[in-house]
Amino acid sequence: MSKRKALSSNNRTYLAMTIPIVILFFLFNTLPLITGAVYSFTNYRGYGTFDFVGLRNYIDLFSDERVLHSYLFTFKYAIAGTILINCLSLLLAMGLNSRIRCKSLLRGVYFVPNILGGLIVGYIFSFIFTYIIPAVGKAMHIGFLENSILASERYAWIGVLVVGVWQAVAMNTIIYISGLQTVPADIYEAGMIDGANPWQKFWKLTFPMLLPFVSINLILSTKNMMMVFDQIMSLTKGGPAQSTESISYLIYKNGMDGGQFGFQSANAVVFFIVIVAFSIIQMKITGKKEEQL
Amino acid sequence: MKKTHKIGGTNVLLTVLLFLGCLTVLFPLYMTVIIAFKSPTEMTNDIAGALSFPSTWNFSNFSEAMRVTNFWHSLGNSFLITAVTIVLAVLLHSMAGYAIGRNMARKKGYKLIYFYIVSGMFVPFAILMMPLVKQTAIMGLDNRLGVIILYLVFYMPMNVMLYSGYLKNVPLAMEEAANIDGASTWKTYWTIIFPMMKPMHATVAVLTALGTWNDVMTPLVIMSSSEDTTLPLAQLNFQTQFGTNYNLAFASYLLALIPILIFYIFCQKQIIGGIANGAVKG
Repeated sequence: MSKRKALSSNNRTYLAMTIPIVILFFLFNTLPLITGAVYSFTNYRGYGTFDFVGLRNYIDLFSDERVLHSYLFTFKYAIAGTILINCLSLLLAMGLNSRIRCKSLLRGVYFVPNILGGLIVGYIFSFIFTYIIPAVGKAMHIGFLENSILASERYAWIGVLVVGVWQAVAMNTIIYISGLQTVPADIYEAGMIDGANPWQKFWKLTFPMLLPFVSINLILSTKNMMMVFDQIMSLTKGGPAQSTESISYLIYKNGMDGGQFGFQSANAVVFFIVIVAFSIIQMKITGKKEEQL
Repeated sequence: MKKTHKIGGTNVLLTVLLFLGCLTVLFPLYMTVIIAFKSPTEMTNDIAGALSFPSTWNFSNFSEAMRVTNFWHSLGNSFLITAVTIVLAVLLHSMAGYAIGRNMARKKGYKLIYFYIVSGMFVPFAILMMPLVKQTAIMGLDNRLGVIILYLVFYMPMNVMLYSGYLKNVPLAMEEAANIDGASTWKTYWTIIFPMMKPMHATVAVLTALGTWNDVMTPLVIMSSSEDTTLPLAQLNFQTQFGTNYNLAFASYLLALIPILIFYIFCQKQIIGGIANGAVKG
């Protein structure tokens, strides 16, 4: 009898520990998600009255050039960023994990970009792009460097990409290093006996062992790159001529101030679906590869 | 030890290359420091104007930047928001992680709650932003408290996952023994489990702290009063007042970067360890 009582009081404690958190999560995550989805079927401007317009927003979304362009920009940015980040950070991780001097000092320095805020880093790089690089270009008579990359409708996205990659490499490097440390040394000895060259050693021995970490890193960097906001805020504000508007930035700009509350809510719903789909596809692909090996 | 060949020795060429690579990290920081200490008249249009050492190390930019951006006030706000968020996250998320982690194997309800909360990782802020602005305004939470609550919710999926994952490696024996001795779950949790999860508290604190300290978007859209400005937000708000006075602007950027850099210098091991730990466990 008393044991039963103790058990039920334990269960009550567990519930008391969980329920407040679940309520909080529902109120500030699920509820806004639902209200956002409801707003996406209205012509709400953010103030005043509104009507339900059915699927109108969703249909308009696919013919709105600005929205389509923001998706194009975000995908371009995320794909290029993910590839660059993972190649660079894998290289860096292998360098930092080999027999070098001042290992912890070097690791410490390379990690600094990750702790700095994207907004301020963006402001600092904005100065580099607008003043330092053009000055170098002029001094050395290199034509294409003489103008700020951020002023170019065609290439401004590369400026944003450089900053995004500069910050994100650090994080992925740390994860790759902890991956490399799980690779047992004896498989290299075996490889050496078999006469494998460094190239073969990497692709046949190291890389397969690293696959779980590659999959973590791919998912992490794609997700972070897709949500780019701070760097755009400080580098380009979406310009020039809206060429660097990311989805997050467009939702913020037109949804909050532009009187497109309902329309951008539809955009947000589509963005959410895209993020979930991307994550699932990536997990499926990397999961399959791991199984094959 | 004396082997200088490939095996056992250090790779000098690689070390040099890696040190050179550091320049990509250090150059922007060097430039920030140099410009922050210069007076505007020293900023000529060539590279030397921006990158050479200042003729005198001038601290007046800093005092001016502090005044213009109301530095101490925004530093205080950032500090308050981050500190309260960390403390609450460690207390509340660890509790929930414990309750969920210990029950999800046996009870379907807890398993469901686990997946419900963890699925929140797929929900970017941009999607919740517009409804949340309305909702927090109605609830009277368009202030620092609201931002703290939102952070607690945003970091909940990751933190609950980290805590309940960590508990899988903590054997049940101690809790069972305490239970037999008549200790309640509540007491057992605070006296045995909570102290035992110390490594995970460090990871959670570091990850939550970095995220909240540097965040721009949440305070930008949620807080209605300019009184509540955080450190990054102050840089955004005063951008127009800096005008073309880059020395003032860079002094302000440097001031905004210094707290996190100091934190990093002292807690480098915990920060890097925490991030590796978090990502790999997650």
